[in-house]
Amino acid sequence: MTGMTDRLHTLLAPGRTRALAGFALAAVLLFAVAPVLLSPFRLSLLAKFLCLAMVAVGIGLAWGRGGLLTLGQGVYFGLGAYLMAMHLKLADAGPGGVPDFMSLYGTGEVPWWWEPMRSPAATVLLIVLVPAALAGLLGWAVFTRRVRGAYFAILSQALAAAFAILLIGQQQTTGGTNGLNGFRAFFGYDLTDPVNQRMLYLIAAGVLLLMVLVARQLMVSRFGELLVAVRDAEDRVRFLGYNPAAVKTVAYVVAAVMAAVGGALFVPIVGIISPADVGVVPSIGFLVGVAIGGRATLLGPVLGSIAVSWAQTSISEQFPSGWIYFQGALFIVVIAFLPGGLASLVRRRRRRDSAASPPAPELEERPA
Amino acid sequence: MRPRTHAGTRSLGALSIAALAAGALTACGAQVDTAGGEPSEATGAGCVDTSGDTVKIGFLNSLSGTMAISEQTVHDSLQLAASEINADGGVLGKELEIVTEDGQSEPTVFAEKATKLITSDCVAAVFGGWTSASRKAMLPVFESQDSLLFYPVQYEGLESSPNIFYTGATTNQQIVPGLDYLAEQGVESLFLVGSDYVFPRTANKIINAYAEAHGIEVLGEEYAPLGHTDFSTIVNKVRSADADAVFNTLNGDSNVAFFKEYSNAGLGPDDMPVLSVSIAEEEIGGIGVENVEGQLTAWNYYQTVDTPENAAFVEAFQAEYGADRVTSDPMEAAYDSLYLWKGMVEKAESFDVADVQEAADGVSFDAPEGTVTVNGDNHHIAKTALIGRIGDDGLIYTEWSSDGPIEPDPFLEGYDWAEGLS
Repeated sequence: MTGMTDRLHTLLAPGRTRALAGFALAAVLLFAVAPVLLSPFRLSLLAKFLCLAMVAVGIGLAWGRGGLLTLGQGVYFGLGAYLMAMHLKLADAGPGGVPDFMSLYGTGEVPWWWEPMRSPAATVLLIVLVPAALAGLLGWAVFTRRVRGAYFAILSQALAAAFAILLIGQQQTTGGTNGLNGFRAFFGYDLTDPVNQRMLYLIAAGVLLLMVLVARQLMVSRFGELLVAVRDAEDRVRFLGYNPAAVKTVAYVVAAVMAAVGGALFVPIVGIISPADVGVVPSIGFLVGVAIGGRATLLGPVLGSIAVSWAQTSISEQFPSGWIYFQGALFIVVIAFLPGGLASLVRRRRRRDSAASPPAPELEERPA
Repeated sequence: MRPRTHAGTRSLGALSIAALAAGALTACGAQVDTAGGEPSEATGAGCVDTSGDTVKIGFLNSLSGTMAISEQTVHDSLQLAASEINADGGVLGKELEIVTEDGQSEPTVFAEKATKLITSDCVAAVFGGWTSASRKAMLPVFESQDSLLFYPVQYEGLESSPNIFYTGATTNQQIVPGLDYLAEQGVESLFLVGSDYVFPRTANKIINAYAEAHGIEVLGEEYAPLGHTDFSTIVNKVRSADADAVFNTLNGDSNVAFFKEYSNAGLGPDDMPVLSVSIAEEEIGGIGVENVEGQLTAWNYYQTVDTPENAAFVEAFQAEYGADRVTSDPMEAAYDSLYLWKGMVEKAESFDVADVQEAADGVSFDAPEGTVTVNGDNHHIAKTALIGRIGDDGLIYTEWSSDGPIEPDPFLEGYDWAEGLS
């Protein structure tokens, strides 16, 4: 028991050696242990959870560290996913070809804004640039007007709702409620081949580790400290001569790009993207794992997100309609008794164990 | 502080490269290993085990989420069919063992659970799905794993997969007969109201083409977001358009609000009848009989259908689930789907997917709605179209019926006016 707590500690603590050890352990688990232990189906499922965890890393940064309660990450997740899906549809259709659903439900012509996605390079670039530009513009406009707290949360949620409605309404070019699906290949690799599914898992695992690394570097940097300062005392930061709007916008953009990359990898792994995955409900769903894991910690959001997804699948397999009650109960328990998430349990334990060392800064227990 | 951070970056970077390299190596090793590890999981449908006294099949319906209220009823009738078949000696002498999974009203979950049923549970066939999005999400799974899905709900057509059997109506067995009936009644103008998703939009595309070819004027086409409940604007437009009839493709709760508003506005079946394609016995209770009495529906089955098979079906269903329960078209189509699969397996004398596909053509079942027959080319089934009128008891009574079963034509290839639709 103590061994496990120690390990968790190591994973969640901010120190450098611990981070190194934690990172190495995560890499071994993801690259060496999981592929050997899990069947192809379970591995693919884990790959999907890793994509959702990418969104969680970004939310941890923006919400946990920056206090930006974003209820609309589905928009950026969706942008990345749809851009990737458009490319896969066009690639399946061949040079100059028309995706199947457009001839069935639409005019049979590819609209101009689909054309850039014929190029794989442009697609990858746009998956990063489009969400970054949208989040940058929106963030700047909102944060310079000092919109914050619940107002920002409502605004971001409205954005998610509007995005889903837009996608549904434009059935001829977006696939409507059916979304985009039925992909055959991913950059030339046959998606039905189990070896390629494994490759996708490894890509997802590598990208997630990279994101955690980026998030860590941001957190320990001057920017990270400013971000926490803005969250806790925005006016004081402003009086000191910093621009809080710029700090928040950067955090929001980073979170958006992480969500978009998660979405882009989600598409070939799961094989479908539809408005049901980008609207208000999934946007809030992204937060659940982050809150349960511990939003202000580095690994809390990732582990929380993966754990919640995993629990959802296994509980639903045992009790087909019982999952939803379990999720609700878990969320209530965490919000009511552990506002810092499960990670705060580990930290409390650690503080009790080593009363001699100075306590870690209280980052996680403040309201957003 | 800062130099330390930089040192950290460098060592972390080096480590990450090492980790990635190690990962790539393990991956290669693991790929070779899979052959010895879990071969059954990788080969999909090939892992179906028929050596024992039982055979596994999967039921995949939304038991949670927004679609649960509809899909639970389908799940109930599938369970009924399975227990009847088991009581009668099973399929090829093997008892059916049901694996239930919850689609959670999410297309991605349907795809995930379908993969699980095929590769981990090794089921011989899967029964379920309701929304088009869930079917579209599952289609690539069934094709790549080469397994079978039986989909029990009327839908917008324009699809045909060797791995899916569609036991609900396609458009030429529901929408086209509905239009034929209206045209026969002398309707010269229509107003189209629908929820904003694939089925209504595709249905309305077909209706517009039909109307143009048959001299019917479409006076308006309005869509409400799924779950929308404020219909004052739309009903106002319908009233001022003053069409001869309304063609309604609204789904779920929206019907409650629409019909309440419709009767509040003083409109009724006598001056402007509404023909609905998504309201069955199950929904009428929710809408309130007083709001829809006398209105029209288009389906292939009603609880009131007068066949000995239906009398037995309704009796068995109510005995199992309660006398207050009603039976509807999707429930009956799901019930049929299990019997049709049984027929195919017994004709093929095999549970093998390829054998079942081979044997499918011409397999028929004396269903509660009448005899239904599988079309081996497009995997839909021949069904009789029934236009019904809603009675004051909340049941639907057949008003008009097609001349026998209509051959399924999911791409409307046999209709000149539909040219260019697909």
